[in-house]
Amino acid sequence: MDELRVIQVKEHVFASNARNADDVRERCHKQGLLLINLMSSPGAGKTTLLGATIDALHDEIAFGIIEADVDSAVDAHTIREHGAQAVQVHTGGMCHLDAGMCDQGLAELDCDSLDVAVIENVGNLICPAEFDTGASAKVMILSTPEGHDKPLKYPLMFQESDVVLVSKIDVAPYFDFDMEQFEHNVRLRNKDVPIIPVSAKTGEGMDVWYQWLRDRLSAWRS
Amino acid sequence: MHELGVVFAMIDTLDDVRKDNDLTRIERVTLDLGEVSGVIPEYLQDCWKWAASKRDWLAGATLDVQQIDAVTVCNDCGRTYGTVKHGRTCPHCGSEHTELLRGTEFEIRDVTAM
Repeated sequence: MDELRVIQVKEHVFASNARNADDVRERCHKQGLLLINLMSSPGAGKTTLLGATIDALHDEIAFGIIEADVDSAVDAHTIREHGAQAVQVHTGGMCHLDAGMCDQGLAELDCDSLDVAVIENVGNLICPAEFDTGASAKVMILSTPEGHDKPLKYPLMFQESDVVLVSKIDVAPYFDFDMEQFEHNVRLRNKDVPIIPVSAKTGEGMDVWYQWLRDRLSAWRS
Repeated sequence: MHELGVVFAMIDTLDDVRKDNDLTRIERVTLDLGEVSGVIPEYLQDCWKWAASKRDWLAGATLDVQQIDAVTVCNDCGRTYGTVKHGRTCPHCGSEHTELLRGTEFEIRDVTAM
């Protein structure tokens, strides 16, 4: 009869996911494909930002979008109307996308024809920050109606992000959004992260975001 | 729902451990869980019982959660304090220049298996 034995593991609980994520990252690097993990609350404007970005840059960057939602395919339909490849991944009730699910999404896209693939993660400021999807850049959006105190309440998301977009900047005055206070709160957790105020509706700040994207893509490929 | 996703990820990692060590059954898993890891132990246990029962090699296994207290250090006065009680502001000198020392751990320490 087999005997019980104790095996020292000393591995992070997410170690298996981290290994899958590293595989995805390495493969994307070989392909020259920049994989971005886009995160925000529900309704902050992820799909709207992507639509405007695809429209503005369609001559220079080919986008593919992985839409992650608990249910429905409305976002994938919206993205396809902008002329980009889009695939819908259902998380089956889960609050985030992991590397395995992301990999399945990538398999559905024609990656050889793409420059940038974006995972539009489940709308949520907590769980997506904790799971490595295999992306090589993390972009988050905070919309002005959500308030400038959010970096204090959801620190990990702000700490993990490579760039913070402040969306709906055109309506900021109506929501008493204090940009200075917001920056202070972000810097407590992420000292040097670029913070870009944007409005996909008026176009304000969008050129700064596009330039960030171009620079990131060329850095990834160099 | 967060804990369920976490448990699925944990079981994937345990499955790697099982294969690497040729284990047929895991009886017990010891986990180091930081006080501010964002995971609630009671919910974790509920999800664990359900998800573990779906796998022959893990059904009925005990999850032993060892809590690690969260501690923050103040970069101005150099003293430490309990994070959960005092948050970001140092209770000794009132500074906001503080840093979490520990409390976000989420690690599989060991497994008891055959």
